[in-house]
Amino acid sequence: MAYGFTTAAYVVAAVLFIQSLGGLSGQESAKRAVWYGIVGMALAVAATLYGPGAGYWYISLAMIAAGGAIGWFVAQKVQMTEMPQLVAAMHSLVGLAAVFIGFNTHIEMTRIAGMDEAAKAALDGFAAVVAHKTGVELAILRVETFLGVFIGAVTFTGSIIAFGKLAGKVDGKAKKLPGGHLLNAGAAALSLILLIVYLQTGSSLALIGMTLAAFFIGYHLIMGIGGADMPVVVSMLNSYSGWAAAAIGFSLSNDLLIVVGALVGSSGAILSYIMCKAMNRSFISVILGGFGGTTGPAMEIAGEQIAIDAEGVAAALNEADSVVIVPGYGMAVAQAQGSVSELTRKLRAAGKEVRFAIHPVAGRLPGHMNVLLAEAKVPYDIVLEMDEINEDFPSTDVVIIIGSNDIVNPAAQEDPNSPIAGMPVLEVWKAKQVFVSKRGQGTGYSGIENPLFYKDNTRMFYGDAKKSLDQLLPMID
Amino acid sequence: MKIGALAETFDGENRVAMTPESATQLIKLGHACLIQSGAGKRAGFSDALYQAAGVTVLPSATALVEASDVLVKVRPPELAEVNALKSGQTLISFFWPAQNAELLEAAKARGATVVAMDMVPRISRAQKMDALSSMANIAGYRAVIEAGNNFGRFFTGQVTAAGKVPPAKVLIVGAGVAGLAAIGTSTALGAVTLAFDVRPEVAEQIESMGAEFVYLDFAEQQTDGAATGGYAAPSSPEFREAQLKKFRELAPQVDIVITTALIPGRPAPKLWLADMVAMMKPGSVIVDLAAERGGNCDLTVPDKKIVSENGVTVVGYTDFPSRMAAQASTLYSNNIRHMLADLTPAKDGVINHNMEDDVIRGATVAHAGAITYPPPPPKIAAIAAQKPKEKTRELTIEERRAKETAEFKAQTRNQLALLGIGGGLILLAGLYAPASFMSHFIVFVLACYVGFQVIWNVSHSLHTPLMAVTNAISSIIILGALMQIGSGNWLVVGLAALSVFMAGINIFGGFMVTRRMLAMFQKS
Repeated sequence: MAYGFTTAAYVVAAVLFIQSLGGLSGQESAKRAVWYGIVGMALAVAATLYGPGAGYWYISLAMIAAGGAIGWFVAQKVQMTEMPQLVAAMHSLVGLAAVFIGFNTHIEMTRIAGMDEAAKAALDGFAAVVAHKTGVELAILRVETFLGVFIGAVTFTGSIIAFGKLAGKVDGKAKKLPGGHLLNAGAAALSLILLIVYLQTGSSLALIGMTLAAFFIGYHLIMGIGGADMPVVVSMLNSYSGWAAAAIGFSLSNDLLIVVGALVGSSGAILSYIMCKAMNRSFISVILGGFGGTTGPAMEIAGEQIAIDAEGVAAALNEADSVVIVPGYGMAVAQAQGSVSELTRKLRAAGKEVRFAIHPVAGRLPGHMNVLLAEAKVPYDIVLEMDEINEDFPSTDVVIIIGSNDIVNPAAQEDPNSPIAGMPVLEVWKAKQVFVSKRGQGTGYSGIENPLFYKDNTRMFYGDAKKSLDQLLPMID
Repeated sequence: MKIGALAETFDGENRVAMTPESATQLIKLGHACLIQSGAGKRAGFSDALYQAAGVTVLPSATALVEASDVLVKVRPPELAEVNALKSGQTLISFFWPAQNAELLEAAKARGATVVAMDMVPRISRAQKMDALSSMANIAGYRAVIEAGNNFGRFFTGQVTAAGKVPPAKVLIVGAGVAGLAAIGTSTALGAVTLAFDVRPEVAEQIESMGAEFVYLDFAEQQTDGAATGGYAAPSSPEFREAQLKKFRELAPQVDIVITTALIPGRPAPKLWLADMVAMMKPGSVIVDLAAERGGNCDLTVPDKKIVSENGVTVVGYTDFPSRMAAQASTLYSNNIRHMLADLTPAKDGVINHNMEDDVIRGATVAHAGAITYPPPPPKIAAIAAQKPKEKTRELTIEERRAKETAEFKAQTRNQLALLGIGGGLILLAGLYAPASFMSHFIVFVLACYVGFQVIWNVSHSLHTPLMAVTNAISSIIILGALMQIGSGNWLVVGLAALSVFMAGINIFGGFMVTRRMLAMFQKS
């Protein structure tokens, strides 16, 4: 009876979770969809607490309440520019939880293995499930547990490093220990050997050893990846946290865990794929860090970067009919989204068409720019994706680029020798006039020159993005 | 340097080459400004206004020429004026050096420098001193106004209580600066505007101004304006025939025709022939902006307004800019001011006649006792040559079908291979794994499949909320901890409790932050 009820609740919860993800196809339906997720989660937790196998429910509730309070507080307080860090930090929690739960399973297995039949029969809850497993099933359980702990451990340290890099607590540059990826490969091989040892003996040492190796892999892998590749890293860790949940689900024979883990895992995998495609790089090359080598000398860039002051930009904006703003990570760093929004409001009030062009990898998190602009009250229907707006640039009067570089680099299309050749970029140089708000001369993350800055119709508007825009605002009428 | 503005001697010329405003700017460049008394009167600028701007007013032209280093005026000078120039003195005005060889010789003999405003090359940098364009702009505007003045109906269509009024139909021939200005004025007044030009590349400009481009059904490659510095070139006889045929088609329909067709260095082409005028409705108006060069219309009489036998008014005025003297003087004096600013690069009031500069070289027709006309071609091309449009080959139906079939086959092969490999692997697993594992495995594979289907539909702009919400629901791992917490020893309880705690943070944090983010997305 109780078992049937729990399963039924799980089915409903699974459907609610799928609805919750499916609802994210549109901004309005998403507002409803998040409630599906919340109800699904509440249902799943309540059913588990009520269902077989759960004990100490008061401890559970106290823990949920304590954790929930912290989560609630953080969620209310976090700045939208800090979203990437927050997401990374939360991934690390899932990873660590997966490790703990995996260890619990192992502890239970060891305990039950030492019991006689009578004692086994007296068990209830999770231990009883484990006790009823046959030899092959136990072997599979070991593999599942091992996998769950491995993925969880990689997710844990990886997310912590990603958090550090995103929050600026760890140097954002790609760094590797001597030995580079050989170290990772070695640690992975060690884990594989330990898996075999664990399967044979069930020794705790093997599990602990593997956990340490996995911790190292997570740390070293993410240390070797630079700041601008973070969208891929974060979505990859998102995927891992899902797979860890699924692996734990297998080990606990819990279908809801499997379903949700698979949903989250595939979601992260798709996001990583989209990000990689937007940079025209393979997933492997991103994970191994750094850009691929060039195949020849870079194209010569003729011309010079011409600077312009706020008056010049204001005059051009006052004359323009259509304006496209291309925000990048620099806008988030300078916290300029409020000023951007104010500028948009003023230009729109003057009857101009203002739109935003968002490259899939702009920012440090997939969709990061959209959230920042939404926070600054920019209406989402003027915020467009790359494919939606790329054809409109030739008929655009003014393009303002705020803190982005590689995603508007014409070398991707014009110079077959460029390291970013073939990467889809926003074709801003086709507009009548381009203003680039940038802190100073210098190259972007990929370290390559941007010929856009040297084009005849480009003017460089040097300075901190927020200060520049605030200077510009009073001049717009 | 002392810059003096002469009064115009040409009869009926109202413009002046210096306004109080341009004088203020010139003084900022370090120059001193002088003006002949009464020079600006007909453009609406009294001597008192000039004096207030710091300009010295001199009573006569002789005194002015005597006192000035640089003379500015609008119309080309008369021979007597050129002969009055001193050696080393600079004259800036319209000059038309091709037609005024005698004046040029005289200037050379006097050792004076002449900067011809009509010779400013058509490059982007020189646009601010392009007096031809600024005057053409005024002419185009005024042409529409003159036409309206002589036209007995509204421009815009109206439905009034007294009956329906159809909009006027305006045809503008030649979409240069004047033509485009006429198009803008005409569409702004609400008329249905058609425009024609022999340069196909201006079609876009015409359409952007709200007029309809009259396309000729003509196979021959039409002239590309880029080859001739942005001006039209004479067309072939066949092309001309096609063009006239089109005009004959349009003549009975249009109410107002404004012709602006000019070819540099040639008489204006005759485009609106007598038979076309005869085909037009009585009361129609033709404004011929090319009247000075003979006119585009057969009936045009320069400087006169005539009415044809069938009641069509033909306006042949040649002094449209002068008819708007205040506006024309403001723009022309600004052109002059920009020219002088380029001549005084250091802004110290010292003229540096740099013959290496493309713009100054192009506009200077006489300098230091030599005739410097015609100038060498400018180093920068006026307008970038149009790139030949790439033609994508149209695939035939068979080819397309073959391509589609091939793609379909490749897709089928791919899918079959994937399904085959995937199915094989699962079957292999099924051979060894126990039933309890397989039942979970089915759930896992199906969930992955559902996940892929669902996530592809997620809007790109919601990727951050997607990450936050997947984050929250990946805390479903809490179920595992909840199941374990009641089982086993203190270590298990402790670890499980910690896991529940962390998952709790995630659940609440993840959902709350998602909700916060989604609430921010607002439609305009």
